[in-house]
Parts: sequence; structure tokens; C-alpha cells
Amino acid sequence: MKSKLLAVGGTVAVAAAALTGCSAGESTSATECTNKIVNADATQVSVWAWYPAFEDVVDLFNESHDDVQICWTNAGQGNDEYTKFSTALEAGSGAPDVIMLESEVLSSFSIRDGLVDLTEFGANDVKGDYTEGAWKDVSSGDAVYAIPVDGGPMGMLYRQDILDQYGIAAPTTWDEFAAAAKTLKDAGAPGVLADFPTNGRAYNQALFAQAGSVPFAYDNANPTEIGIDVNDEGSKKVLSYWSDLVDQGLVATDDAFTADYNTKLVDGSYAIYVAAAWGPGYLSGLSDADSDAVWRAAPVPQWDAANPVQINWGGSTFAVTSQAKDKEAAAVVAKEVFGTEEAWKIGIEQAALFPLWKPILESDYFRDLEYPFFGGQQINKDVFLEAAAGYTGFTFSPFQNYAYDQLTEQLYAMTQGEKSSDQALDDLQSSLETYAGEQGFTLE
Amino acid sequence: MTTQTTAGPKPVATRRTGTTRAPGSRLERRRQRWGWLFVSPFLAVFALFLVFPLFYAFGMSLFTSTLATGTKFTGIGNYVKAFTDPLFMEGLLRVAAFAIVMIPAQLIVALLAALVLDSLTSWLSKLSRLLIFVPYAIPVVIGALMWSFLYSPKFGPSATLFTAVGLPTPDFLASGTIFGSLVNIVTWQWSGYYMVVIYAALRSIDPSIYEAARIDGANGLQTALRIKLPMISSSMVMVITFALIGTLQFFTEPVVLRNIAQGAIDAAYTPNMYAYSLAFSYSQFNYASAIAFSLGALVFAGSYLFLFLTRKQSGLK
Repeated sequence: MKSKLLAVGGTVAVAAAALTGCSAGESTSATECTNKIVNADATQVSVWAWYPAFEDVVDLFNESHDDVQICWTNAGQGNDEYTKFSTALEAGSGAPDVIMLESEVLSSFSIRDGLVDLTEFGANDVKGDYTEGAWKDVSSGDAVYAIPVDGGPMGMLYRQDILDQYGIAAPTTWDEFAAAAKTLKDAGAPGVLADFPTNGRAYNQALFAQAGSVPFAYDNANPTEIGIDVNDEGSKKVLSYWSDLVDQGLVATDDAFTADYNTKLVDGSYAIYVAAAWGPGYLSGLSDADSDAVWRAAPVPQWDAANPVQINWGGSTFAVTSQAKDKEAAAVVAKEVFGTEEAWKIGIEQAALFPLWKPILESDYFRDLEYPFFGGQQINKDVFLEAAAGYTGFTFSPFQNYAYDQLTEQLYAMTQGEKSSDQALDDLQSSLETYAGEQGFTLE
Repeated sequence: MTTQTTAGPKPVATRRTGTTRAPGSRLERRRQRWGWLFVSPFLAVFALFLVFPLFYAFGMSLFTSTLATGTKFTGIGNYVKAFTDPLFMEGLLRVAAFAIVMIPAQLIVALLAALVLDSLTSWLSKLSRLLIFVPYAIPVVIGALMWSFLYSPKFGPSATLFTAVGLPTPDFLASGTIFGSLVNIVTWQWSGYYMVVIYAALRSIDPSIYEAARIDGANGLQTALRIKLPMISSSMVMVITFALIGTLQFFTEPVVLRNIAQGAIDAAYTPNMYAYSLAFSYSQFNYASAIAFSLGALVFAGSYLFLFLTRKQSGLK
């Protein structure tokens, strides 16, 4: 709560500065570290990241490296951090050497020359440590802009107790999912089957992708060309499906990531949470949970059970910024901070991260890990490993934040009954095309 | 010493009229040097943090920078774009609507409270005065966060209250109701402040005027409408000017509520929010500067026009 307040306060301060025209950027002193520096003589690399339990990982790195030391700062989560980074890029100073970025924003920053191509600094030496999908997410053409850290292969987390109470089997296809939603409502259950948040952003995009949507075609080698296709058949099919469920009142349309939503996730208001691999960690961190809740994980529902398509939601990376003083040392940090089993045990057990680093991803330890939150279910073996293996990568636009904001507006208009699902996607397509034109892109 | 100080103002007067050079002008110049010395710390900060950034931002607003093709000089291109940009125009119309609803709402609450408190003399009036003022003492962000919890269908008291009297629970965060919800927050927060300003003006009226009115047979209502109100018109003008500027720059409350109502409050809900989103979410710093400048010009023009129209009431004439 407190950090949220501070974040909002900071937002206001920055905005006030913006209005008076003061956009000189903020001065971040790289000398203030949250962690202890073990070897004071070594090169220091400043890092921004918001992983839970990251301090232990940093300590581990600093204790095991004599020549490089990490100086870590938590500069905010997601957009809060990106805003600071973006301002630092515009100002020309103030960015850290290494930054945690979700893979979806990599091209937004690489197009502004904010990130260093890591192929010069040995990125390809570690390529073999990651799956093909994970590597595709961090590269654009021949260039590699970040080292993958954690991923978000998707699964379905559900309340076994609620489904049992209404005699519903865990749905394996979207048809069964819709039928289950109807059964639940007809039985007069107090909650609904699931939520369809209009501000789901990457979540909604992932649902579209499952039906074959490839919204953007973009390659950094050709930075002025972009392909936009957000109103394809697949997306339209998925959205009209959800639009139907919304119209019949079978799913909720609550905004995601609000206090209300967090409570509803764990108090039984939604029986199913279609989630990424970091979802279990998110759930177990929420308060006001129903103490009798019985959670289980299953694969994400499919459109065609015979040809399952795996999808991904979120996932993060470490990139080296163009303002890094010692790029060589920064690249070492990006490659090695989550490059040991010890670091990953902290990441998995304390931060509930889903590793993309193969030595741990493919280990028996990770496969057989039992999760007390799921009554001892081996959720990696049952759900997420397969989901991760089936993921083939995704291309995001270099103005992803804008694209998501537009998507939210269109989906909201749709749930308000202002337009049909097809119309919403057609309008999204034309607004993105206009924007790309204004930004100097040529459409493919 | 005393002769020096009393001699001071005279040369100023003559110099202002621009006729003759007063004999004391040398002394005057020396005194002015001291004056500059004393204001210089303020001037330095003012120039560094307001004047320079203003010029810098204006300079930025004359360039156009796109993601794909880099930065080029476009002159007033950004301003032409701003005034034909439907998002900016919608935002302007929206804050104008807020001004029409919100300013009278705040003013009526503040004026009524001030008039009532002014005619009461018990300990209760002192306590009420403090209580009405308290919301203003709460930081705007905290106030908005607090209301966002009150509006929340899950945590807020509305569900309990409305079910108790058998009514359906309204959704305070839907696209149709968010306007009223925001008006409510602002009125709650600022009425107390305006009340104190108006109350202070009321206290400065000579009580013997009320006596005269009473002798002439005026009742309480007549005294309030015919005597008190006209005599505090300059304070009222000031209060409305503050409210006008604040409303046109509406920002904090919608930004805080956007965290829980992203559909109902879009990124360009008010012009100020639009400038913020452009700069910090979409990295269009140049266009954001142009939007900010356009808004600044409109706010300036709006307040100037208002002060000009009310110059009689405010005593500025």
C-alpha cells in the first residue's frame, strides 16, 4: 500500500513537472544501492529490478564475483519502472546499466536506441541455455536485446471445491468452459466461473494468440516497417466468444489488478483463474483468502483439443541499457545473475518465478516440485512445463503501451454494449494503423 | 536614518512619472542594488525551475519526433495537430463540463457553510469550522485513494447501505457515474478551503453595518443576500478563479481513480492526463509539450477573461 501511495505521489509530482514544462528528467544516483557491496574495488553495475526476494540473488552474485558487483535498486514495478527508464532515455542520463524489462516492451525501447545488442558481448554463448520460444522473445532479426529470466506459460488454476459442489468437471476446451459457466450460473452460485478483464492487456492478447492471432510483424533490422493485424479471424472468434459470455452474464468484467479483483480471486467469486506460471505465486501472496479453498492446476482450455496451442503471459528479461558505462561488465551481470542453480532455487521457492534457464527448467528438482498451495500437486509436471515447451515466441509492437491502452478502450466499449466484438477489433486495427502512420512507420 | 527612509519614496514618485532626475537618485540606485540582492535567491530559483524549463519545453514543442523517423523541426505543426486532435478536444469539453458542475457545487457548499458559521457564535461553530476544513488538510492523493476505497463495490460501505434500504447497489465507477463520483471527491476536498476564505472575508465586514440593517428591519436572510454577499464579492471572484484554474488542470483525482476504473477513465480523460500519458507512457515528449502549452494558454485566457468580466466585483478595475 505504502509503495503504491509513493508511486502515485511520484506520478503526480512528475506530471506537475510536465505541465510546467520541466522535463529535464530525474537524477538517479547510481551510488545508492539497496544491497551490500562485497568487493568494494570491483566494477559496479547498477541494476533496476522488482523480483520478489531479489536481494538474496544479488548477494549470491556479489559473493561469487570478484571483478563485478551488482548495485541493485527497485525502481518500481512494470510501468512505473518503464516510465522512469523512458524519461532517463529522453534526458540522456539517469538510466541504470542493467534493467529488468518484460519481453513485451523490448522493442519499444530498442527502437529508441535504449538497449545494447548483446551479440557483441557473448549473448549467443548462452543461447543454448534457453528454449527457442524464449530466445525469440528477446531477439529481433540477428540482434539480441536481452537475456531471458522468467516466463509465463499459461495454465488454468481452479477451485476444485467450488466445481465439485456444482458437479462441474474442470473444462479442457473453451466449449466446456462456456458450458461450465452456464451450469454454475443456472445453479445459482454466488460467484461466476471467471473474469474477463477489459484491462487484461497481455492476458487478452494471449487469449487471441491461442486462436492464431499474430498482431504485429516487426523486425529491428527494418525499423520503419511494421505489420499490424489485430482484427484477424482468430481474434474475432475469441472476442465474440467472450462477448457472448459477458452478454449472458456468465463471466465478470472486473478490472484486473485492483484491490477488488485481488480479493475476488481468492474469496471464491471466480471459480477459475486462467493464469500464467507466476499466477500461483501471485495468489498465495494475497490476503483475505478463503481458508477452505482447494486449488488445483490444469492445462489452459483449448479451441481444438486435438491440436493444443500453448500460450504465454508475461515473463521478464535483463537488458543492458545504452547508458551503461561498462557494457562488458553489464552483459556479464545480465547473463549470470540468474545463471546458477542456487539463484534459481531462491527464485523458484521464494519468488515463485518460472525459470527459462534450461539447466533448472529441465531438472528433476523443478519437475517434481510439490506446491503446498495446490495440496502438494506437482503443477510444473502437470501443467506448466508442457505449456512452456509448446511456446514458440511472440512479436510485440514498438508502441506496445499505446496498443494495450487502445485494446482496453475497445474492450471496455464492447462490454458497455457500445459496439460489437468485431467492430471493436476493426476500430482497434484502424486506430493502430493511424498511430503507426503518425509515428512514421510504413505499413507492410 | 529616519530622514533617509522618509526621503525615499519621493524620488521614486518623480522617476515613475519620468520627468526629472531626482537629486537622491544615486542613493536610490544603491538601495535598489540591495533590493536585487535580496530577491536574487528567489529569482535564481524562479529562473532555473520555471522560466528555463518553460522555454525549454516551448522549444521542444516546435519539433516533432516519431518512433521510426527521428526528430525534425515542424514549427507550429504540433499546435495545429493539438487543436484538431479529437482526444484533446474531448478532454477540453470534459473539463469544461466539470467546471460548469463542480465550481457552483463547491461554491454553494462553501458559501452556505460560511454564512451559517458567521451568524453562529457558539463553541459548536468553531468545531464545525474545523471539521469542514479538515478534508482540505488531507493530501489530494490520499483523499482520492480513500474515496476509491469508499466507491469500491467490494470494500466500500455502499453495498451494505443500499441493501439495508432495499435498493440496488450503484456502481460508482461505471462510465456513466464516474463524472459524479469525481465531482463529489473534489467538492468534498475543496469546499472547506473556500469556506475559510469566504468566512475570513465575512469576518472583516464591520458589524455596525448589520446593526444598521437590523434597525432598518432587515431579517437574517435579507442581511445575508443584500449586505454580506455584495460585500464579499471580491473574495468570491478569487475563489472562483482558483476553482477555475484547478478544474481546467484536473489531474490527480482521475489519475488515482484510473487505477480501479481503467475503462471509464481513459488515458486522455482530461487534457492534463493526456499530456502526461503522451510524455510518459507513449514517449511523445514533443507533442506532450505542445499539449501542455496549449492547455496553459487556454487556462491563462480563461482566467483572464473571467477576471476581466468580473473586474467590477473584484475591485480590480
